[in-house]
Amino acid sequence: MISVNLQTSDFLGILPHLVLSVFGILMLGLGVFIPKSKHKWLAYIGLFGIILGAAGNVLLWGQNYSAFGEMVRVDQLSIILNFIFLTTAAFSLLLTINYSEFVELEFIEFIPLVLLATTGMMLMASAGHLMIIFLGLETMSIALYVMAGFRRDNKYSLEAALKYFLLGAFATGFLLYGIALIYGVVGSADLKAIMEYFTKNSLDANVLSLIGLGLLIVGFGFKVALVPFHMWTPDVYQGSPMPVTAYMAVGAKAAGFAAILRVFIQSANFISFQWADIFWILAVLTMTVGNVMALVQDDIKRMLAYSSIAHAGYLLVGVVSANDLTIPSVVFYLLVYLFMNMGAFAVAELVGSKEEKKTKINYFHGLGYSNPFIGLVMAVCMFSLAGFPPAAGFIGKFYLFSSAMQSGYLWLVIIGVINSVISVYYYLRIVVAMYMYKPEEGAEKIEIMAGTRLVLLLSILSILYLGVLPNTFLKLFYLF
Amino acid sequence: MNPQLLLNVTIFLPLAGVITLLFFPKEKEQLIKIWALFISLVTFLLSVPLFCSFRSGVSDIQFETLAVWIPAIGANYRVGLDGISILLYMLTAFMIPIAILASFHAITYRVKEYMITFLFLETGMLGVFSALDLVLFYIFWEAMLIPMYLIIGIWGGPRRIYAAIKFVIYTMVGSALMLAAILYLYFLNHNFTGIYTFDILKMYQLSIPFGKQVWLFLAFALAFAIKVPLFPLHTWLPDAHVEAPTAGSIILAAVLLKMGTYGFLRFNLPIFPEASLYFTQLFFILAVIGILYGALVSMVQDDIKKLVAYSSVAHLGFVMLGIFAMTVQGLQGGILQMINHGLSTGALFLAVGMIYERRHTRLIEDFGGISKSMPIFASLFLIVCLSSLGLPGTNGFVGEFLILVGTFMVNKTFAVLGTAGIIIAAVYLLWMYKRMMFGTITHEENRKLVDLDLREVVALISITIFIFWIGIYPSTFTQKTEASVNHLIQRVKKAQVNLQLENRVLDFKSFLSFLADDNKQAGGK
Repeated sequence: MISVNLQTSDFLGILPHLVLSVFGILMLGLGVFIPKSKHKWLAYIGLFGIILGAAGNVLLWGQNYSAFGEMVRVDQLSIILNFIFLTTAAFSLLLTINYSEFVELEFIEFIPLVLLATTGMMLMASAGHLMIIFLGLETMSIALYVMAGFRRDNKYSLEAALKYFLLGAFATGFLLYGIALIYGVVGSADLKAIMEYFTKNSLDANVLSLIGLGLLIVGFGFKVALVPFHMWTPDVYQGSPMPVTAYMAVGAKAAGFAAILRVFIQSANFISFQWADIFWILAVLTMTVGNVMALVQDDIKRMLAYSSIAHAGYLLVGVVSANDLTIPSVVFYLLVYLFMNMGAFAVAELVGSKEEKKTKINYFHGLGYSNPFIGLVMAVCMFSLAGFPPAAGFIGKFYLFSSAMQSGYLWLVIIGVINSVISVYYYLRIVVAMYMYKPEEGAEKIEIMAGTRLVLLLSILSILYLGVLPNTFLKLFYLF
Repeated sequence: MNPQLLLNVTIFLPLAGVITLLFFPKEKEQLIKIWALFISLVTFLLSVPLFCSFRSGVSDIQFETLAVWIPAIGANYRVGLDGISILLYMLTAFMIPIAILASFHAITYRVKEYMITFLFLETGMLGVFSALDLVLFYIFWEAMLIPMYLIIGIWGGPRRIYAAIKFVIYTMVGSALMLAAILYLYFLNHNFTGIYTFDILKMYQLSIPFGKQVWLFLAFALAFAIKVPLFPLHTWLPDAHVEAPTAGSIILAAVLLKMGTYGFLRFNLPIFPEASLYFTQLFFILAVIGILYGALVSMVQDDIKKLVAYSSVAHLGFVMLGIFAMTVQGLQGGILQMINHGLSTGALFLAVGMIYERRHTRLIEDFGGISKSMPIFASLFLIVCLSSLGLPGTNGFVGEFLILVGTFMVNKTFAVLGTAGIIIAAVYLLWMYKRMMFGTITHEENRKLVDLDLREVVALISITIFIFWIGIYPSTFTQKTEASVNHLIQRVKKAQVNLQLENRVLDFKSFLSFLADDNKQAGGK
């Protein structure tokens, strides 16, 4: 029996998680008492909950300890990642409010799902124990499965949910089996204990540990859509409602990478010689397949899906390097990725309009002229995703590639930059559509709600700010 | 005024102009044009004192400004000018107002966005020439691509989207490898000195082992050779030039192409001198092929813009020849010829643009006898053509002569071949001029053409002044570059002494040894 003495600091350590989950559960009940017409208020209450959670997160700033007896880590990494998740959730909620103009949504169920999924993500980032990672992963995933299928009248949405659920369940199974095997070898699922064990004993000593780690990679690989575990991504992204896609693209990926960082980088020098090779191969495959497949897409959601696969590849390049630049570069890129993607998805949602009918790229024709602000935001996001200076995407990629170069991975960097060039073509295709074609007949001025306007504004400002003056944020990461 | 402050002000004044332009209502097109012209003129006027206070005989960086920017990775905001960049900086500041003047009637669609893009481009270009930090340089270098891409793609000719995408992707491929090389250089520097820095001047002090030098040289050279453009990487140029609007072509030819040659002078020769010496033959061959091929292809063009585009390939072949001759005359001639090409070819495109505005065709056969209806244009156009082919008295002659003298000292064969290029240049330019300007008026429309108005005359005459100034008294300009050129040559000569040129061949073995070097810690790939 494990005896744990619970203190207040333990509960303070999970303050943001507590706030969000309590809010989520409360909202389920609250919705019953609010008349149907005022259901949008639930979204605002949800936002309020997120802001409270962020305040809780701020309270924890600068702390560095383990809560619940090594199970939960409260440190700079978890705090910064928590902010990323909270911002993702807030942006998604703002997008959802706008989305409800286009498609009927049940706020009473949707908002709690978002809050609970965010809690799961934050748990994954604060994990000190493999079971906490699993707990967070499942909380997030199950909520996401439901959210993917939220448009019950749309067959693509249902297909997305079913696909995601089936494949996700399998991936979770792999993950759990991997955890079990590691536990069998090490005698504990605690990340610190795992690190100590594998520092003393070589990885190859026990076949079980190899298989266990391999299964872990499969499980995580599915979640962040590494190739060849990516098959679900285009269909699920395309079928899900737009705000859910945005939320998944940023949040789930960030959570997956948070878990990868916790397990493979922070808790051990796991990336020994042989394991680096596997991640190397995965990184190259992911970048290349993601970029090449995106070249031939004509639907903006599918294109962004493949683009997010490619970006997971770039992030993995940072993971491969396994040096002191890894965590700062990966987390910085996740931050930049958040703004780039949210901006792009916000614009895609606005252009998609009623029932998301207009998601093909030709609906972007002349957008730069009929709706200049939206066009500008999309252009900046596209340039950032492609890695053009002075957008933040360039600094992010630069940082990731430097960390790889520092560990001597010259060829990985070369493949990475070539992939960046390949990606330029499909990102610029949107810019071409927006600025180099005349708007179609009867192109209307798209109405942007205040919340979405905030998302667009914050995205473009952050991308430009982080691109020109990244030092304020880069400094933060050196507190790891 | 403090020259350092002036430097920073001139780099960012166009950007300030962009921000102010954002608030102009887009209907007030005339006001927007005048304001953009005003900003660019002020930028140029503010850079004139920079030129005057630039001390000749000093090879160090002048007007240096250092500001801490991203200490987390060791990148700083460091700008300054030396003999190699001062003239190019002035050229940029000078050509932008002229290009904006040229756009007054040519651009009727989305004028506000056009001027914003143009001024943004100006900041990018000025930044490239003055940046002394690798990250800063790379950012300005890449950031320049976006406005150029937009200018070609939105305001260009019928095949503009194809030309714009080709331009961007072609250039980015080179730059991508350059980024990998920059990162490699950064960590190499750390290995040698223990400091994490992207400072270009610190890189000058590195002595890099030969094997690594070769590959780093090639990575940088690819990016610059695409920009120059060096044969056979030139195929983006005709499309980009033909499809770009007049002002876009002017800036593309006058400034953007110089960034390639500038890159060779700023990075390849000083940081990788042994490799530069090793590759001299290769670059001579490519340069001469460019000169002859470019000239021959120009001869058979029907489209004037394409003719001038290919002539750019030829002219920049000369510059590359001069640079890799690595003699005082060659380098001085090369730098001067960069300026000359910027002025002459910029003026050529300007003239072509003027005639295109009147007749909306660029085919030589549609013209004939224009000098009868547009005498002022004919005279100025003649001066520009003669300058382009290098008539003594014009700037082209000084540059080409210096280059050929410098090359002759090193390798007589290539000098002779280069001289042949001048002859062919005379052929295509004079023949084009004859077919267009002299003879009887073959098409009735040409009889009624209106001659140049004040705006156009001012634009062309401003360039003509410099054509003659450099042609008759070039030392105003060559004085400024001399010290830096000598310094660069000393560095290369030292390398020649140090280098035992074992007959190394670029083969798979040396490539493998480059990969399996001791820079790696984790033992991975």
